[in-house]
Amino acid sequence: MTLFQKKLWIGLIIMALLSPIGILLPEKFNAGDAWGEWGTDTLEKLLGYVPEGLKKLTDLWKAPIADYNLGSENSPIIIQVLSYVISGILGIAIVGGVVYLISRLLVKANGKEHRV
Amino acid sequence: MHIPDGYLSPQTYVPLYGASFIFWAVALKKFKKDMSAKYIPYLAMASAFSFLIQMFNIPIPGGTTGHAVGAGIIAILLGPWTAVIAVSVVLIIQAVVFGDGGITAIGANCFNMAVVMPFVSYWIFKVVKGNSKGGMRLYTAAFLSGWLGLSIAALITAVEFGIQPLIAMSSDGRPLYAPYPLSVAVPVMALEHLLLFGIVEGIVTVLLLKYFIKHEPDLIYAVKEY
Repeated sequence: MTLFQKKLWIGLIIMALLSPIGILLPEKFNAGDAWGEWGTDTLEKLLGYVPEGLKKLTDLWKAPIADYNLGSENSPIIIQVLSYVISGILGIAIVGGVVYLISRLLVKANGKEHRV
Repeated sequence: MHIPDGYLSPQTYVPLYGASFIFWAVALKKFKKDMSAKYIPYLAMASAFSFLIQMFNIPIPGGTTGHAVGAGIIAILLGPWTAVIAVSVVLIIQAVVFGDGGITAIGANCFNMAVVMPFVSYWIFKVVKGNSKGGMRLYTAAFLSGWLGLSIAALITAVEFGIQPLIAMSSDGRPLYAPYPLSVAVPVMALEHLLLFGIVEGIVTVLLLKYFIKHEPDLIYAVKEY
């Protein structure tokens, strides 16, 4: 790994450590979900009903770390902040790992693995 | 801009899966042909960067939130086809592991943020930059690339939301999926991205480009001579 690459990785880890800004700022400014990404409770409040088709699909998938939160929506903020940092670090590891695997498989096939 | 499950009708999400599949297939083919091992760590970092920058939700006080995506700067640094792969991996992991964006909407979300955005950003950067090697014009190109790339991706997303009431209504006349019409979805999403989130994306694009030009100028795909 070059020094430049090392610096970039450190930058990414710092981003993960700072990521809770992304939940604390919206909380402070009383800003909710992104437009068009509301849960069914919020839709019920906005519209007075939940669209039928939407209701059927909405719980299709139960994500292991839904909303980057290891606790629940009502967990204390410290749990949410810690969950967010852990999600950031996990995110780096998972997407980095997946990309690395895809790349290794494909680049090996083209014989350019030693070309620098 | 991550469309959840239930907001798009099958008539919308199935064709968008198809569109994304085509881009994935071409991107992987090009990747296999052109990529050399030197770039693999940068590709992994690009994906990690996109994942992280999306965690920084920016609030509109009393309203909604949004975030940068990083697809523009990735397209400039590594090329638009490589950006398709880098950002698609992020969006798929976000949906599967973190429930951010729906499983049925993976095709749509990848089309908007991992196809439309990198290509629009890359094209704007190349056109505005012209032959300039640095200075104001290059950075203006970078800003516009991030700003408009994200805003146009948001516009496309808004169209996908906004056509739902036209596609599918229940028997009592209520929308079955995303409830708001084009006349609401398009102005809301276009404005919030043009006025705030896109500007953040533009600034991020400029700062990172500056950093790479200073430290590793030979790496940058979009300023290489062919």
